[in-house]
Amino acid sequence: MRHIISVLLENESGALARLVGLFAQRGYNIDSLTVAATEDATLSRLTLVTHGNDQVIEQITKQLHKLIEVVKLTDLNDSPHLERELMLIKVKASGAQRDEVKRCADIFRGQIIDVTASTYTVQLVGTSDKLDAFIQALAGTPILEVVRSGVSGIARGEKTLAL
Amino acid sequence: MTSQTKQTEMLSGAAMVIRALADEGVEYLYGYPGGAVLHIYDALFQQTKVKHVLVRHEQAATHMADAYARATGKAGAVLVTSGPGATNAVTGIATAYMDSIPMVVLTGQVMSHLIGDDAFQETDMLGISRPICKHNMSVRRPEDIPAIIKKAFYIAQSGRPGPVVIDIPKDMTIPSQTFPYLYPSEVKLRSYQPKLKGHSGQIKKAITALLAAKKPILYAGGGVIMGGASAELTELAQLLNLPVTNTLMGLGCYPASDKQFIGMLGMHGSYEANQTMHHADLILAVGARFDDRVTNNTKKFCPDATIIHIDIDPASISKTINAHIPIVGLVQPVLSEMLELLQQKKKKPDSAALKKWWQQIDEWRAVHGGRYDNAAPQLKPQYVIEQVSKITKGNAFVCSDVGQHQMFAAQYYGFNKPNRWINSGGLGTMGFGLPAAMGVKLNFPDADVVCVTGEGSIQMNIQELSTCKQYGLAVKIINLNNGYLGMVKQWQDMNYESRYASSYMDSLPDFVKLAEAYGHVGIRVTEPEQLIPALERAFALKDQLVFLDIHIDPKEHVYPMQIPGGAMNEMFLSKTERT
Repeated sequence: MRHIISVLLENESGALARLVGLFAQRGYNIDSLTVAATEDATLSRLTLVTHGNDQVIEQITKQLHKLIEVVKLTDLNDSPHLERELMLIKVKASGAQRDEVKRCADIFRGQIIDVTASTYTVQLVGTSDKLDAFIQALAGTPILEVVRSGVSGIARGEKTLAL
Repeated sequence: MTSQTKQTEMLSGAAMVIRALADEGVEYLYGYPGGAVLHIYDALFQQTKVKHVLVRHEQAATHMADAYARATGKAGAVLVTSGPGATNAVTGIATAYMDSIPMVVLTGQVMSHLIGDDAFQETDMLGISRPICKHNMSVRRPEDIPAIIKKAFYIAQSGRPGPVVIDIPKDMTIPSQTFPYLYPSEVKLRSYQPKLKGHSGQIKKAITALLAAKKPILYAGGGVIMGGASAELTELAQLLNLPVTNTLMGLGCYPASDKQFIGMLGMHGSYEANQTMHHADLILAVGARFDDRVTNNTKKFCPDATIIHIDIDPASISKTINAHIPIVGLVQPVLSEMLELLQQKKKKPDSAALKKWWQQIDEWRAVHGGRYDNAAPQLKPQYVIEQVSKITKGNAFVCSDVGQHQMFAAQYYGFNKPNRWINSGGLGTMGFGLPAAMGVKLNFPDADVVCVTGEGSIQMNIQELSTCKQYGLAVKIINLNNGYLGMVKQWQDMNYESRYASSYMDSLPDFVKLAEAYGHVGIRVTEPEQLIPALERAFALKDQLVFLDIHIDPKEHVYPMQIPGGAMNEMFLSKTERT
């Protein structure tokens, strides 16, 4: 099953390498990973998407906890949460396709952020499923390039992952 | 001098490294000098508190520090240079990591501005050591050195112990640049707060389960030894009349001579220990991790058992075998709390059920009982170990290499005290035995320290005979020489129709002459009747390293041996018998 794990990590050199190394070393999957400093410059916030059965996910969270630089973590699947991913997608847009892509982007509440005579670059934010659906909806339109940020997640309501 | 300057002494980074080690109580620093650590060596030379031990290969330095930790519970310290010095230490770091042994390894590094340039003797030691140490750090500012060293010892020795690596670029130790030195008295880390006490509710549950059990067993591992909980464990076992089995790492945490001890469990465990485990209705696992050399096939593991698992590392719980009553905490306080609770409750275990259980266990004991055929004309390794145990009254520190001899030592020495059996259990590092024995002997000069090894393992760090000469380390080397890599040969006998692919060590040296060349005493034993006089002579030579080259029966196999893919209690009992 797919899980989204949020981690607060000491913002120190080597910390991220240690975390990523753990996944390689123990054979866990990383489907996506986003990381950046938080409002507190000493902390990084990481959102990691992985999959595995309950036993594997339990080991992943326990092994992550053991890393000295991991301050806190939570499995977002344990409670209601929000997830968002950003996609930049460059498509061939000429002739009739130009309107078609524009319409499709509007339906998905995407924005066209770069335009040339023959291409559009669309920016789209949403769950990973929504981004997948957009790509499918473009069927027939040649896709030139796709850049996805990976998932960022946060718990709903008053629950927080903070110091 | 003002009072201000008196309070904060000004030291160079190099001097701070050594002073911090001294303030941490480090007596011996095991290492090997080189370009990147020359400033530190110069600081070491100018003081007397921290004594340096010069090995002949960096791997030996790590094993010496590791064995010191295994014998005392305190972290050993190592200093090596950058590049090859650091990479040579890798095997020793991994060895300590796999067995959760506290150790602090200082590795030199090229100057900060050269890092990443492929400079002479540069290697990314932080990258290399990351998966094989508990933590690693690099020094970015010389003034951070005291805090970093304090943090390293704290992390190495707390929680589930392990090795910590500190990478020190050469420009952090320049003698002319000084900084205020203050060694912190404590460390607090927001991201690392190991749990100490166990959950009281869980402990109560465990006691209820233990009192209700009809076929219980206590399965204790290395965590009991590193956690200093042998006394509590022994008391608990005796209070509840539990049969006790030990892992390879746990030997000595319960006295082997006691009637409740049923031997080691697992791949080469005793018949009775593996049977008792398999048929148990309750397993109390303490400081052990259900590793693959214990469980055999996890799908067939102990089908009827409720499992109580006490461990400091939550990740060890339910990793391979699901625990019904997990207790995370240091084993010593958890066991103490269990004892207190039992005394308050004044409830006794089910003595009728236990009587029946013990009758069954005694029947299992009679089946194999560690028997071996001692009739052959050649010396049997089991017999040699029994005689070594006899002459040292079971009190020696036994430092083992890896292979058949290691299993024979584990099965036949009979450890009655913790911290006396020193071996590479997790990584299985050949070459560990001699440096380990050296590390113990240096710190316990009056104790009998034995290195049980084979002609394969001993040659992996034989150069350390020179270090032994330099520091007068009078260890006794029991070289069980069968002319083969015995454990490899055993597997080839059992699984490859005796095709001995590279397991025959042709052109072995004359070990007696070799020992003599290094300035030690060498004794060759080829006939059974020579053994006891040779051992007596060797152990009487208190101040000499004695290399006993003992020629043993090359056909001997280690039994019992679990049948691969089977349950715990499926074993070969000899070359011709199986369960």
